[in-house]
Amino acid sequence: MRQSLFSCLLILFCYGCANAFEIEEQTRLGNEDATHTLEIISTADRELFTPLLTDFLRSHPAIAINYTTVSSTELMKAIYTEGVAFDIAISSAMDLQTKLANDGFTRSHSSAISQRIPDWARWRDHVYAFTREPAAIVYSPDALQGLEIPQTRQQLIALLRNNQERLYGKVGTYDVRSSGLGYLFATHDARFSDIYWRLSEVMGSLGATLYCCSGQMIEDIESGKLAIAYNVLGSYAQARKDQGANIEIVEPADFTTVMLRSAVIPANAKQVALAGEFIDHLLSASWLNKGDTVYPFPAIDLNPASEQNAYQPIRLGPGLLVYLDDFKRRHFLREWENSMIQE
Amino acid sequence: MPSTTAGSIQRRLAFFLIASAMLLALILLLITRQFTGQIAEQSQDNILAASAISILESVTQRADEISVDIPYAALAMLGNVSDDRVFYQVLAGEEHLTGYPDLPDALSADDPAKRRYLTGEYQRETIRMVQLLRRMTIGGETIDVAVKVAQTRNAQQSRLSAITNRLLWPGIAMFVLALLLAAISARSTVQPLRALADSVADRGLDNLEPVRAPVPIEMAPLVNSLNSLISRLKINQHRSEDFIAEAAHRVRTPLATVRSQAEIALMRVERPENRQSLKEMIRAIDESSRAAGQLLDHAMVSFRSDQLTLTIINPAELVIDTVARFQPIADMKDIQLNTTTDGSCKINADSILVQSAVRNIVENAIKYTDREDVIDVSVSCCKSWVCIRVIDNGEGFPAESTSLTERFTRGSNAGHTVGSGLGLTIASEVIKVHSGRLDIASNPNGSGACVSLYFPAC
Repeated sequence: MRQSLFSCLLILFCYGCANAFEIEEQTRLGNEDATHTLEIISTADRELFTPLLTDFLRSHPAIAINYTTVSSTELMKAIYTEGVAFDIAISSAMDLQTKLANDGFTRSHSSAISQRIPDWARWRDHVYAFTREPAAIVYSPDALQGLEIPQTRQQLIALLRNNQERLYGKVGTYDVRSSGLGYLFATHDARFSDIYWRLSEVMGSLGATLYCCSGQMIEDIESGKLAIAYNVLGSYAQARKDQGANIEIVEPADFTTVMLRSAVIPANAKQVALAGEFIDHLLSASWLNKGDTVYPFPAIDLNPASEQNAYQPIRLGPGLLVYLDDFKRRHFLREWENSMIQE
Repeated sequence: MPSTTAGSIQRRLAFFLIASAMLLALILLLITRQFTGQIAEQSQDNILAASAISILESVTQRADEISVDIPYAALAMLGNVSDDRVFYQVLAGEEHLTGYPDLPDALSADDPAKRRYLTGEYQRETIRMVQLLRRMTIGGETIDVAVKVAQTRNAQQSRLSAITNRLLWPGIAMFVLALLLAAISARSTVQPLRALADSVADRGLDNLEPVRAPVPIEMAPLVNSLNSLISRLKINQHRSEDFIAEAAHRVRTPLATVRSQAEIALMRVERPENRQSLKEMIRAIDESSRAAGQLLDHAMVSFRSDQLTLTIINPAELVIDTVARFQPIADMKDIQLNTTTDGSCKINADSILVQSAVRNIVENAIKYTDREDVIDVSVSCCKSWVCIRVIDNGEGFPAESTSLTERFTRGSNAGHTVGSGLGLTIASEVIKVHSGRLDIASNPNGSGACVSLYFPAC
């Protein structure tokens, strides 16, 4: 079997052209003279995702995959505003995926595999979740040496308040204005508990550094630029830690917001059948193949008894549309800026 | 001979029963579907209204500006009941504030209602929408704030078709049951009619008794008119038999006069050809009076059959007596009449009728037997039967002998012999009223016939 993996890295920062969406990275995988190319637009890091892609290519040797990495906002822009044709859209921004499905930008998919996954992991047979990724507190053990490690938000607030001088400028979190995932985590934190606002004020008072992505937060903790970061994607942190990074991860014990990464088939997809097979591939790797080595995300335990009690998964459904409402968003961002940015 | 038919009551009944079962099932299905559809729509309306109310309550006034802070639950609750697409819009007067700006309008300008439901089309799908109004005063200005919440109806439709599907099988089962019941009831309804037809069909030709078996009320008029037809038929038959008897009687007396005159003439005439024609004449007169006698016999049998006078009689005596009367005629043809009788048995019978039967059989035997031949008449007894048998050496019966007992039917080989064809008929009718049996066979010891009359012994 001729299985070649080649990648051409195209970093196409497209400044200036206001209408086009911004691509972070584009990779081509698979057969060079493939007859069909599966166009995937995704918010997930290419390195993280590659095992799943190559595994798919192994069972489909005749095709190639064009993997385009973008931010969740750019993904929305590409599909919702510009109508660029992709076969699969993968995003961690559950609200935006839901909006795509609700507003008729996706097509439904149903197969023997898709019917076997839990009801809450799919919406309208359009949005299919294939991960469960907690939002975690990530810290540098060196920077917090001698301090009590917070297990809850309350403890985190206490830690920040009691060590204002030591931790000033060393706290990081998502900039919810630019990060779709950050916004999703923040809105649901705020929905689950009011403590989010107190935490934001404390982080704001410490001159919190705001990030677009989890990867950069983790890098800055590793390098010592940050001591602690809130609402970091636990799956990324775990992957980096497994690679030897000197970081620690805490899943807040009061409640842990859990995001479900999801895939949709856009309405204007060209390789519909192939896209369906790819979704089934994701679903069988996640929900049905526990402990599969090609699955790069935390293994999903479908047994509710062993489920962590603190886990608060964000539910797929029209409720997610609420935070995309202009008034709601404006309102939320105003509140957030008031507490987080205290210049 | 089948009469012409126009449809079948059973089929018609079954058809109406089945058709009405089908109609009822269909009506029930439609009503249930309609009803469940209404319930489904109502529950969707309720949740849409609840959602719209909570959105409307989040509309506030902030520094002379309208602010909308949609609660998460407002849209999440719609997601709890179904996977349908959700659309909403908030308007201040005519001005679009947030949501989906091109949602259809359920309120007309001159419609003062505060809550409106609408089933419409949006984004190529059927939606159910609720629209609520709230009057607010903002900066001294009164504005109607409208909230629209809409949802597609896929879940409702699929639930409805699931209900219909679930109803379909019991419906089909009920229908099959109705089919079965219709067939059974149609059959049982027609049953008395069939029984009547069978009982009438099973009757003998001369059973003109009225139908007495109880019948359903609806059939009473039919049975009544049938009975009245039967009684008229009976009267008619009696009348015609009376007429025949009367006619035969009237003919016989003058014939006797004619015969005696012819005999006198024969004695006077000398010329052989004249004598021959006179003899022919006398023979013809004899045949005619014999036929008239048979007609009288037959009428008598018919008459007496209705009112039998049963007495215990000794068949041997009766046969000897009857055969003795034929001795002169037999002598004329030089026929030897042998009588073998067993006097040990008795029968309970109408002696006049039995006599008449035996007479006719013996008369037939003599008539069809050649000169100088032998006729054996015997009476034998076995346990339950008494058999009177007449065996001759005449021409015998042709193969198809069953119809010979019908009136005026003669064997195809009767040829030139003059006869009325009533002899066997009389015998057979007599036998029938005595529950006996008539056997017509060929002479077992040569040519000729063998007629056996069986009577139940007593």
